[in-house]
Amino acid sequence: MGIAMADNITNETIDYVSILAKLELTGEEREGARRDMCRMLEYIDKMSELDTEGVEPMSHVFPLQNVFREDEVTGGDGSGDTLKNAPGERENMFLVPRTFD
Amino acid sequence: MKQYETVIGLEVHVELATKTKIFCGCSTAFGGRPNSHTCPVCTGMPGSLPVLNRKVLEYAVAVGMATNCEITRYCKFDRKNYFYPDNPQNYQISQLYLPICRNGYVEIESEGGSRRIGIHEIHMEEDAGKLIHDEWEDCTLVDYNRSGVPLIEIVSEPDMRGAEDVIAYLEKLRLIIRYLGASDCKLQEGSMRADVNLSVREAGTDTLGTRTEMKNLSSFRSITRAIQGERDRQINLLEKGGTVIQETRRWDEAGDTSYAMRSKEDAQDYRYFPDPDLVPISISDDFLEEIRSRQPELRTEKMKRYREEYDIPDYDIEIITESRHMAEIFEAAVALGAQPKKVSNWLMGETLRLLKETGEDPEDICFSPENLAKLIDLTERKVINSTVAKEVFERMFRENVDPETFVEEMGLKMVSDQGALRSIAQEVIASNPQSVADYQNGKEKAIGFLVGQTMKAMKGKADPAGVNQLLKELLRATSESQ
Repeated sequence: MGIAMADNITNETIDYVSILAKLELTGEEREGARRDMCRMLEYIDKMSELDTEGVEPMSHVFPLQNVFREDEVTGGDGSGDTLKNAPGERENMFLVPRTFD
Repeated sequence: MKQYETVIGLEVHVELATKTKIFCGCSTAFGGRPNSHTCPVCTGMPGSLPVLNRKVLEYAVAVGMATNCEITRYCKFDRKNYFYPDNPQNYQISQLYLPICRNGYVEIESEGGSRRIGIHEIHMEEDAGKLIHDEWEDCTLVDYNRSGVPLIEIVSEPDMRGAEDVIAYLEKLRLIIRYLGASDCKLQEGSMRADVNLSVREAGTDTLGTRTEMKNLSSFRSITRAIQGERDRQINLLEKGGTVIQETRRWDEAGDTSYAMRSKEDAQDYRYFPDPDLVPISISDDFLEEIRSRQPELRTEKMKRYREEYDIPDYDIEIITESRHMAEIFEAAVALGAQPKKVSNWLMGETLRLLKETGEDPEDICFSPENLAKLIDLTERKVINSTVAKEVFERMFRENVDPETFVEEMGLKMVSDQGALRSIAQEVIASNPQSVADYQNGKEKAIGFLVGQTMKAMKGKADPAGVNQLLKELLRATSESQ
């Protein structure tokens, strides 16, 4: 097998991923995240040991296709439930720190 | 300075005209109270299950067919991962690996004649929520009503060379999509949005230069300005020995300039993978046939047929077929017996004038072809004169009134009682001796005043040409008897 993916999780990888995920991590959190990711990738490495030669790639577990809905409105005003998850609220909208400059 | 060529490719997002969102039954109606059109699916709650709106697939395939694409018979959705508050799932459901349509083209008219602009692919995806930035209070407000509204993204090949090509291409797409009824394609309202990928290269070379992507272009004017500005910026940079950096730039409409988005904001690593919640789509021959049989006659075919069937000028044909709705009114009114040129005159004259006045477009025309045909019939039979016809038309344009009933109720019919008309004309002659004298002394124009006076006394309900003739007759009699 090739290089184990788990070895690729460097501090630079963590920094890069935190930029993508818009997260600011402390030194301690960064180390924790690195360990977690290594463990996840070890699992992938484990799966990579399997011989999948000649096996069709699969994206879905169930042999289903063409599941559609008709274009009919079913929902009512969902703002009450939706806004329960808002960290802050104003004029029926989510209030979050400014995201743009 | 070296000669440069501009190379442009477009990513066009079009909001589809479905009643509900792409993966849930929430309404897509514009202007609802913030977050009222939301549910666990379109706000990305764990455990919710998206199910594809069949209409989205139908529209996407219809647009693909009309733009000469191959339809992907087995296609899937993928997750495009990014973190931003407009996207509650932290991924957008889109298509990367197996987009629904590929390898198409549309023809545009440009200086050198008709040219093909290639379409690389069309894919289905969901729109994001709307962010409202409050600069004063340093916060952002989020409304998820638009989250999950269905979009198709039409990705062109880099086949355009300047702003004129881009505008022609966008107008062509808009025309096709509106004809299909798949979207109203309004740039200002955001139901059609274009991102411009632009690079420059030395004329005569084949390799592509480094491109930039410009976002936030919401009118043909800003697209044109942005293209000119970005081309000049890149050429300037190269002339000074610099290099163009691949980046996303945001167009600032007010400042008439673009600026690079921060690299953090622009970090693109979407880690696409197949969406496990949505099952694959397998398109059957029957499905394709169903969509094909419902395709309307598109503009190019329509124009060709009009030239053969109707005796109206090419110019009229071009204008009428610019809107499918207008073309349908034209055809239906003609089918009801109205003369084609008469129908076309009403559409190209008063209709367009009033549309301009109300700021609407031809798709918004509300009067029925039946009523237009009736109005034309009333003028043909000389039941009303042309001035009254314009007034009636205006009411019809605004409220689709039935012209026959309206003319009857408002008493607008021309007076057919020749005796009454004659006595009024005689009165007018008697009380305007100066004009009569002028006329009889060879000032032919003086009759216009007498016609006006008679029409006024008749409250407009007479045929001006007939009045003119009658007055001439009476004046001749007067002069002979003198």
